[in-house]
Amino acid sequence: MRPARPIAIVLALAGALLAAGCNPSGLTDEEARIVASLSLSALPPLPADPSNRVADDPAAAALGQALFFDHGLSADGSVSCASCHQPTRRFHDGIARAVGVGEADRRTMPLEGVAWSPWQFWDGRADSLWAQALGPWENPVEHGGNRVALERRIASTYRAEYEAVFGPLPDLSGLPENAGPLGSQAERDAWAALSTEERRRVDRVFSDMGKAVAAFERRIAPVETRFDRFADAVAAGRRPEGEAALSDLEIEGLKLFVGKAACVNCHNGPRLTDDHFHNTGVPAVPGLPEDRGRAVAVARVLADPFNCLGAFSDAAPGQCGEIRFMVKEGEELERAYKTPSLRGVAGRAPYMHSGQIATLEEVVDHYARAPEAPSGHTELEPLVLTDRGRMALVAFLKTLEPAGEEAGAAVLAGRVPSGR
Amino acid sequence: MRAWLRRGIEKAAFRAAGRTGATMKKLIYVLVAVVALAVAFVGWRMTMSPPDDLDLARSKPTEAGTFVVAVAPESEPLRQGPLHNWIVTVTTPAGAPVDDATIGVDGGMPQHGHGLPTAPAVTAALGEGRYRIEGVRFNMGGWWELKLAVTAGGASDAVTFNLVL
Repeated sequence: MRPARPIAIVLALAGALLAAGCNPSGLTDEEARIVASLSLSALPPLPADPSNRVADDPAAAALGQALFFDHGLSADGSVSCASCHQPTRRFHDGIARAVGVGEADRRTMPLEGVAWSPWQFWDGRADSLWAQALGPWENPVEHGGNRVALERRIASTYRAEYEAVFGPLPDLSGLPENAGPLGSQAERDAWAALSTEERRRVDRVFSDMGKAVAAFERRIAPVETRFDRFADAVAAGRRPEGEAALSDLEIEGLKLFVGKAACVNCHNGPRLTDDHFHNTGVPAVPGLPEDRGRAVAVARVLADPFNCLGAFSDAAPGQCGEIRFMVKEGEELERAYKTPSLRGVAGRAPYMHSGQIATLEEVVDHYARAPEAPSGHTELEPLVLTDRGRMALVAFLKTLEPAGEEAGAAVLAGRVPSGR
Repeated sequence: MRAWLRRGIEKAAFRAAGRTGATMKKLIYVLVAVVALAVAFVGWRMTMSPPDDLDLARSKPTEAGTFVVAVAPESEPLRQGPLHNWIVTVTTPAGAPVDDATIGVDGGMPQHGHGLPTAPAVTAALGEGRYRIEGVRFNMGGWWELKLAVTAGGASDAVTFNLVL
């Protein structure tokens, strides 16, 4: 058996090389370093939101929670924030495009850890959680409301709670029943007929409503997963034990994720997102209007009266770094969408900004194929991936699913995780 | 590319497996080596470690030697993710501070072919040739370039700093 000897030598050498750079979990030192950086233990404390003075006020959060679940804030009484962000489904709805009083063009975004993100919506057209919360209430296919009617609901149902947090509600007498700058023609005309001072007073209460909801949403923190228990063992140089020990297939997927497949380029940090916008060549949805993502959102956030630099923000201009230093033009914005967190991703099909891809397996195939983008240029490069590699990546992604207690249940029970 | 490569290897391995003899075994080893190299190449391209000989100096002369520029994050440690500031110090080659400079900021990841995720800008001249750049973010790990275009006293020059996160 002459060929046996060289093979044995090669195998022994390979083994020695592998062992030299390995920790007890079978990862190289570099892989272990990246794995530790993805653990929930590496999550920084919840960032302050200087644009929202009640961001961490428990009374504001309680009011925000009530508003989040209130169907009475929608035009026909059928929809609340929780209709799409369902706490029992980890604040998601499991459908391709959100359904409010109509059907939206985009998919419901996950809310776990949302307050760690500097930009909101898939295209980042809001620069704070409270500015984001205002959008759906007046979106004709989401809540379908208008800000004067919304304010009337506050006066009739939440006056005491509102005034305890924000001070006296302005007098609504003399205002029309319905008026807003984004509603029907009649609502827009009624809005235009108001004085500047009347509009400013309404906008003030409207922005307060968003700030209360933001105070509630800030409590929706990521929940520990099997992967975190594995990563913490790796970081401590321990051998992961029990359910924290990932299977060979899951480890293989993890190695692809942080290595050859380069998923970690964008899905990095403890929330597995870089909070940035990327064109990944996701196909357009036939029948929907043209969607250019970040390329259009930049002008919208700059024009938004509720942005960090606006009259209703509690921040000084110097505290508005995100909007002041955002990239305002360039090819990279075309059809770029926010990198979503991958925590809980396996339970949130379908995928992409308009639910274009049904399963995680097909998502992995999309990244391997790296198709041309409908407009702009995809940042993806084709990837050589075996069937096992594809299985492994999906197996790894499933380790990011919290077992047991739901994120929503923890928030609603008043247990406030604050990062570590 | 991957489909024909895989099919080719499978075909060759299948043929080789159907025969016996040292030649075929050698062929298998060669094929295994080729596959290993191909996988290693693709892996290298996708993960792309920075070059080993990358100049990581935080202080250096500009390209034409007009100025000497030093950069430092305003607060350490430098972290991937958060928006943060840098302090740039501009001097003449003789070491005299340059206080009237206009500084343009650019950069990106040469191995990924993209620019900076933000549009940082100089927001304050701090005196003694020092300037504050606000709005810097590095949203990925790896090799970043920070490119500064310095104009002062009628002269313009540029300098590129390499950072590895």
